[in-house]
Amino acid sequence: MLCDICKQNVATVHLTQMVEGKTKKVDLCESCSKAKGVDDPTGFSLADLLLGLGAAQEMEQAMAGGEIKCPHCGFTQADFKKAGRLGCADCYATFGEGLESLLKTMHKGTKHVGKTPHAFRQSQDLADKLKSLQSKLDKAVHDEDFETAAHVRDEINQVKNKISELTTS
Amino acid sequence: MDIHEFLTSPAEASKRSGPHDRIVLSSRVRLARNLRGMAFPGWAKKPERVKALETIRPAVEGLRQMGGAFSESMDNLTALDKQILVERHLISREHAAKNAGSGLVLNKEESLCVMINEEDHLRMQSLRPGLQIKDAWQAIDQVDSLLEKKVEYAFSPNLGYLTACPTNLGTGIRVSAMLHLPALVLGEQINQIIQAVNKLGLAVRGLYGEGTEALGNVFQVSNQMTLGEAETDIVERLNKVLAQLIEHEENARATLLESKPKVILNQIGRAYGILANAHSISSKETMNLLSLLRLGVDIGLFPGTERSLVDELFLITQPAHLQKRYSEKLSAEERDLLRADMLRERLRHVSRPHPMPSSSPSPRLDKPNES
Repeated sequence: MLCDICKQNVATVHLTQMVEGKTKKVDLCESCSKAKGVDDPTGFSLADLLLGLGAAQEMEQAMAGGEIKCPHCGFTQADFKKAGRLGCADCYATFGEGLESLLKTMHKGTKHVGKTPHAFRQSQDLADKLKSLQSKLDKAVHDEDFETAAHVRDEINQVKNKISELTTS
Repeated sequence: MDIHEFLTSPAEASKRSGPHDRIVLSSRVRLARNLRGMAFPGWAKKPERVKALETIRPAVEGLRQMGGAFSESMDNLTALDKQILVERHLISREHAAKNAGSGLVLNKEESLCVMINEEDHLRMQSLRPGLQIKDAWQAIDQVDSLLEKKVEYAFSPNLGYLTACPTNLGTGIRVSAMLHLPALVLGEQINQIIQAVNKLGLAVRGLYGEGTEALGNVFQVSNQMTLGEAETDIVERLNKVLAQLIEHEENARATLLESKPKVILNQIGRAYGILANAHSISSKETMNLLSLLRLGVDIGLFPGTERSLVDELFLITQPAHLQKRYSEKLSAEERDLLRADMLRERLRHVSRPHPMPSSSPSPRLDKPNES
């Protein structure tokens, strides 16, 4: 068995750790294990190592066959394997599928919770408002309450104007 | 502007104090952000990096929190300047390796430090002495909210703030504290503690972060997961774990003093002996021995000696800080000699450790309150 890092020497150090119920294994040669501080348990976190190695492997599996290239920045999966970093924000859409399982093992969830830029919050709020107004309008039309319907329609137009202001600014 | 004129002197910097600073050296919250529509710094070509720097730098400089700040492009700092900033924990080692196209903005109080074009376009951090991660989070949250009005971030409602490395995706937050844990190391409990902390999804690292040794019994504890958990929850969780770590260290100190007082006295006495008398000493040995001296101060073996003296020595005996005092380039061997000279001189008035009065081995315990 060859070392996972240098792929040259015979692996003599074998590490296993449970990460979120999945067994993760790393096999290293002596010099790479020293370089990664595996012989010094105080300075070593298997997670760090796994993130670096596992990331590329999982991407590769998910994208078996066909080289995917980011249309925005030209970054490829081979580049990710080398760097462990992505090329641009659009790479998340490009490599989305391959990243999904990786994100699962790395993080608590796969959906963002927490701070959102103000501009996004505003447009999200408006989108929500638009939705509720739309159903209000549908109901009013259905009930043949045309006075309310006209009122709601005006409100909808106002919200739509705000949304277009936001997207153009 | 000269960074050395700007930086607080090591003596002053070591006097900063905060809650639980007997064990928690400092708290830090870092946010990673990127600009929309631009390649991440590691992949961008130089003109694009320069463009990002030119967009971000004035925006950061214009913040009211950054009045009178130090702002510089990384290529205008010498290797020595950068190393000093690393030793001060103001920039990462990665950032120290950057040149043209990367920048640094540091406020007067050294409590806010923004690295531009490190791994991400923006790595902004807020620093506090002692255990103050909530304060640190609030400060950096404000900076971030002001900046988002001036520059457009790469953000997705599903994945949050988009970062170069998927490990920072989502909140882009890294909350960390630097802890001095000599008794847990001496009592051989540290590995167990590290494993327990790892199980909670937190990382334990050495003095200079990722992949570094725990020199001087200093450990960095930080969150690892950034996606699927809100910032305030991460801060809260870390606060709880840190409170427990403080308690464990205090307990380990009390236990060692009670069950193995000779072991402690021996270690601290020897550390003092070497530091106060050596004629050549490496930076690594110095840090490890200063850690014991700090423990000695904490448990009352050096009456009249302030902890800040030890903290100052911890800083000024590091390679770049030492080199800075001399105009000619020093070799490692020369530094070892000068370091020993400096330590002998500074410890001249520190008398050797007082053996503890056997009747009252109950030094002040620093019990954190659950908050």
